[in-house]
Amino acid sequence: MRQELIERRLPWLILTVGVYLVISVTSALGILNDYHMINIITIGISIILGVSLNLINGFTGQFSLGHAGFMAVGAYTGAILTMKFGFPFPATLLCGGLAAAVVGLVIGLPTLRLRGDYLAIATLGFGEILRVLFINWSYVGGAGGMVVTQRYTNFHWVYAMTVLTIIVIRNWLQSAHGRACVAIREDEIAASSMGINTTLYKVAAFILGSFFAGVAGVLYAHAYYIVTPASFGFLKSVEILIIVVLGGMGSISGSVLAAIAITLVSVIFTPWPYLRMILYSLALIIVMVYRPGGLMGVKEIQLPALSLKKKEGQQVGTP
Amino acid sequence: MLSVQGINVFYGKGIHALKDLSLEVGQGEIVTLIGANGAGKSSTLNTISGLVRPRSGSVVFRDMDITKLPAHKIVEAGLCQVPEGRRIFANLTVQTNLELGAYLRKDKAAIARDMQRVYELFPRLAERKQQPAGTLSGGEQQMLAIGRALMSQPQLLMLDEPSMGLAPLLVKEIFRIVQEINRAGTTILLVEQNARMALSIAHRGYVLETGRVVMTDSASVLAEVDEVRKAYLGG
Repeated sequence: MRQELIERRLPWLILTVGVYLVISVTSALGILNDYHMINIITIGISIILGVSLNLINGFTGQFSLGHAGFMAVGAYTGAILTMKFGFPFPATLLCGGLAAAVVGLVIGLPTLRLRGDYLAIATLGFGEILRVLFINWSYVGGAGGMVVTQRYTNFHWVYAMTVLTIIVIRNWLQSAHGRACVAIREDEIAASSMGINTTLYKVAAFILGSFFAGVAGVLYAHAYYIVTPASFGFLKSVEILIIVVLGGMGSISGSVLAAIAITLVSVIFTPWPYLRMILYSLALIIVMVYRPGGLMGVKEIQLPALSLKKKEGQQVGTP
Repeated sequence: MLSVQGINVFYGKGIHALKDLSLEVGQGEIVTLIGANGAGKSSTLNTISGLVRPRSGSVVFRDMDITKLPAHKIVEAGLCQVPEGRRIFANLTVQTNLELGAYLRKDKAAIARDMQRVYELFPRLAERKQQPAGTLSGGEQQMLAIGRALMSQPQLLMLDEPSMGLAPLLVKEIFRIVQEINRAGTTILLVEQNARMALSIAHRGYVLETGRVVMTDSASVLAEVDEVRKAYLGG
């Protein structure tokens, strides 16, 4: 049993370490320049945002349009802590996530009683309220934003946080808690008649998702020198939502792929901004027509298990 | 085992759905609630299982007041409802649906045993273990809904319109299985429009009309009462 578990996990471990080494080495050798690295950081942040929103929207079925709001809470908390109080980066990451989680709890408790469209509207409203709050709060620079001179975010931190997000959310989903979340998505009344505490799990998924959105916010704040309220508007929430829908509501690997694809597309077409938006929209329309469930649907990418022991009695050919 | 005392349920401001409704279910019984559309049958079940809150009155289950408990706590107490319209998890497999039924239980061996029992009770489900539940026929979905409820090891099983939308032969099959479940020791509270069928397997019955109990007696007596025959049994 234990052996089997190791054999199934090993390919993922190799992939994770492999990607890390390849990027670290190529960037150290100068093959990947700073421009490439900042895009890779953007991809990592997008993955964290996409996977954490997928937990709320895709797996638990609670349609939230306020993910950028939680990201903003993390970003501003992070900026304040490092700039005004000189916190070390790991502590900042944790506090940014916790701050977003607390806000998630406060917002989640009342709004998660709503369903479908109503929840979407309520969370959208929440995102806007936050944005307006930050615009009018001179302590953090108001509409002009807040400058963050400490550029703590680097590839290693982003990579570690991305992997951590995926592992935590995947493990949550594989547990009984995850089954409860999926049951709520499928049918809330049936779920509660199975004895599932639906409010608890909806709020829990919301808090966990918000936490990682906050972590993504801290990473964002320390990667781009400046946080402005405008960066966390409604459009940012939609952008994250697109990652989730494009990748597949209910697929972690789908969100990862979509986050990579969308970032790459927008990077490649940066010189032609108008063409970029057209292609972006076109890609979405095509995916929705041909794969309405998203690229991956509710499936996950499976890697073949590596066999550690020599296969016994393996015979070549038949007599 | 279950005692409902004078519950009043309102929907919004105007609609008084249940009026001073009381009923009793004893250990080992099959009790049925019959009545026309809108008589309050489903409202009664939903109130007992905590999906609807009564404005007054009480629900006591095995000496425990469950009137104000949230729905999931009531399941924990041993009272499980098969909701109207089945409400299976359509995108999940038959097996996963059953596993979710045992959500509150930790005893893996006993869960496996009960799963086996459900498959014996409904061999058709066993053939379709890995199929998404939404691809099952209506009758099979009803079987799955009942099987899923059994997985929570209920002391009292409440069934809301199990015959809804099913072919007559399947209705017979479902009712036979309900009887079988009852003989194995589970108390049953059954809501049915198909009064003839319900009275044929039940021990006792309550006749509901516009939110009130208008008559109660043993099932065999109710089946002979003129008003019941005229109103619900077609002569």
